[in-house]
Amino acid sequence: MLFVELIAQGLVQGSIYALIALGLTLVYGLLRILHVAHAALFTLGGYIGVLVTNQFGSLGLAIAVAMAVTGMAGVLMYRFCYEPILHHPPFVALIASIGLFIASEEIYRLVFGAYGLSYANPPLQGHVAIGALSFKQAELLVMGGGALVIAVLAALQSRTRLGIACQATVTDPQMAESFGIDLKTVRYVNFFVGSALAGAAGVMVALLNNLVEPTMGSVPSYKALAIIVLGGLGSIPGTLMAALTLGIVEAFGTIYLGKLLDRNAIAFAFLILVLMVRPQGLFARK
Amino acid sequence: MSLVTAVGISVLFALSLNLITGFCGQISLGHAAFFGIGAYTSALLCKAGMPFLLTLPPAMVVPAFFGVIVGLASLRVRADFLAITTMGVGFLFVGVVRQQDALGGEMGISAIPDTGLSKLAFMLLTLLLCVMTALLSQYIRRSWMGQVFNAVAEDEDTTRVLGVDVPRFKLAAFALGTALAGLAGALYANNLKFISPDSFGFVESMTVLSMVVIGGIGSVLGVTAAAIVLSLLPSMFTFVGEYKLLVYGGLLFLIMRFSPDGVTGALRRAFAKGPR
Repeated sequence: MLFVELIAQGLVQGSIYALIALGLTLVYGLLRILHVAHAALFTLGGYIGVLVTNQFGSLGLAIAVAMAVTGMAGVLMYRFCYEPILHHPPFVALIASIGLFIASEEIYRLVFGAYGLSYANPPLQGHVAIGALSFKQAELLVMGGGALVIAVLAALQSRTRLGIACQATVTDPQMAESFGIDLKTVRYVNFFVGSALAGAAGVMVALLNNLVEPTMGSVPSYKALAIIVLGGLGSIPGTLMAALTLGIVEAFGTIYLGKLLDRNAIAFAFLILVLMVRPQGLFARK
Repeated sequence: MSLVTAVGISVLFALSLNLITGFCGQISLGHAAFFGIGAYTSALLCKAGMPFLLTLPPAMVVPAFFGVIVGLASLRVRADFLAITTMGVGFLFVGVVRQQDALGGEMGISAIPDTGLSKLAFMLLTLLLCVMTALLSQYIRRSWMGQVFNAVAEDEDTTRVLGVDVPRFKLAAFALGTALAGLAGALYANNLKFISPDSFGFVESMTVLSMVVIGGIGSVLGVTAAAIVLSLLPSMFTFVGEYKLLVYGGLLFLIMRFSPDGVTGALRRAFAKGPR
């Protein structure tokens, strides 16, 4: 029974990882930037979610507003922070991104206070029994919402002109451009969608913990990087599988290896192990 | 005086990463782990009764041993994959130390015995080691090995095609860089007399990397200057009080945004534009 419970826990955690990491993968596939500041947008989403829910009492509205605002913030971040330094070596953007992340954590602390915010009446806290397992409603929302978002994203990617343009750009930017695809539009769209996903993830994590705090992005900031590397950098299905795998590995690891390593160390031990065997990641394209 | 020592240790630490990232072009996001391995090695040996100066060689050898292992990893994964792998090494180190009571666990190691050196002597020793490391860096840069490092950083594949044994040089860079990081760590432990896993985490790795990048990747003088300024920054910015980290993060971003080759690059350009 413990076995099934751990898998369920792992899947919940994995779905959150997936939502955060998917946005990061979209950005990485296109620009080859390790976008640490992505996690700052995740935190922003959490704050907006709590503020809007407390004000208007609607979680759906909160998610929509959070996605719209973080999406816009992502586009602005790309336009003013990354676009001007794209032609430099990748670690330039990496350090800039780290600086941006540190600064935004501080801004959240100064604006919203160091102790974080909670929902006045946290929605979806009831429990639902499925078989012998008991889930919080919020946990089901995370899994269901995650699956829905990913399905929609997959459909858009393969069915719409813009989605196909995105795929083409990831595969070969030069060729895509010579076929008349506007690289700028594609990049803006990817940043918008990726950041909006991070914002949605922020609202959901805030719901699970009933708390948003300035530092809630620091674990996702590096964990998500580990996930996109595991997934083979820039591959969407790979990222999805890697996120779920890592969630489950962590759930089992903390039970069976908790005496030896902490949660982060387990995740990264797994990452290093995988990379030594498959340097291109678990699910590389090509 | 202890401030000068602390700055000296930062310089040594930054120069050690400069060998790996600056000269050889291998990005490391987990360099604080080796700093930590050196610190723990020296602290444990000192507590076991070994005189401080004798702990310095093992505090270099042990991290170098792990450094070569990570170096072996760098033969297998490259660029962004390597960056994330080294980041993993950093978390692995902290995670392992946290859970081992023999290593002090969460509480760390305190009451490290006296070094037997006066504060002044300890400071002079630190500064001497800094100068020696800077000279060694300059020497390496001009040597054949430095040329190869540079070639690997610029274009690894071409270097390999030219018949250079790239893996050997990469391992050498990792061994040297991590050994020096360990040395800096040993000094750090004996300067503070107290270490805990929190002093060797992701933030510290990022800080030292930003010193190297802001100093202008590979420039020994620039990195030294950046390390001095960045380690003094927190005490210089006491007037901004609680905005310290905001200023720090903002500066990192602004420097990268407007002068991606670091402050050295900006100065160089300013002088190049000057009277002609």
